[in-house]
Amino acid sequence: MKILLNNRVEEFSSSKLTVRELLEIRKLSFRMRTVKINGRFIPPAEYDNTEIRDGDNVQVIYLMSGG
Amino acid sequence: MKISEIKAHLGKYRVGIAGAGGLGSNCAAALARCGIGTLVICDFDIVEEENLTRQFYFTGQVGMKKTCALKENLMKINPNVKVIVHDTVLDRDNIPEIFEGCDVIVEAFDRADMKEMIIETVQTRMPGIPLIVGSGLAGWGNTNTLRCRKIDDFLYVCGDEYAEVSEELPPLAPRVGIVAFMQANQVIEILMNRGKKMER
Repeated sequence: MKILLNNRVEEFSSSKLTVRELLEIRKLSFRMRTVKINGRFIPPAEYDNTEIRDGDNVQVIYLMSGG
Repeated sequence: MKISEIKAHLGKYRVGIAGAGGLGSNCAAALARCGIGTLVICDFDIVEEENLTRQFYFTGQVGMKKTCALKENLMKINPNVKVIVHDTVLDRDNIPEIFEGCDVIVEAFDRADMKEMIIETVQTRMPGIPLIVGSGLAGWGNTNTLRCRKIDDFLYVCGDEYAEVSEELPPLAPRVGIVAFMQANQVIEILMNRGKKMER
């Protein structure tokens, strides 16, 4: 499948991925971040049962301390 | 558009600022100068000597509540701005109450887990209210890595989303100030565009 990940087209061999799987594949699971899919905010509790499919617009926002 | 018209327009709006540290205090100062009608500012901390490397406070204000000190400073900049302060810790339950009626909210927390908390709260419980997040501002230099990234109409992220504050990479006035002003600039862009739609 092809998805839009932070405004870039990215291709994955599987036809769907959970949010958790995507974060693990991209080695993002250890970072503090937040996720939106097609404009919908995904609470961390839903990372295991929310599926990302072909054509989805996925935004991962990295949260760094400091402010 | 003339500055008087801009001020008259921005004077109609209310902006929430979650945190009065490096991001919040500098962002509030920029918004006050531009004539935002009402600023709702929330912080629980007091001004410390160490804060003066980047936050909009003065030596004589060390020991004061940040909310009181910031209100004092904003009044000196622009007495026409209405400043409402809340000296409390923000959480999932009080954010919708404290920032009720705000047209835009600025996230200006220090800790990453608090940033996550307010994003989740505003996105799920205050739909339609744009949130401007600051993330990645530690250290110095690398000016061009700082940017404002639009996620969608209701979420923007200012900073490099990379540099984390640590003992060896402290926050300093220039990068913190750039990000704080980026957040203020995004608030103004959103509010000025809102005006355009209404004129049509």
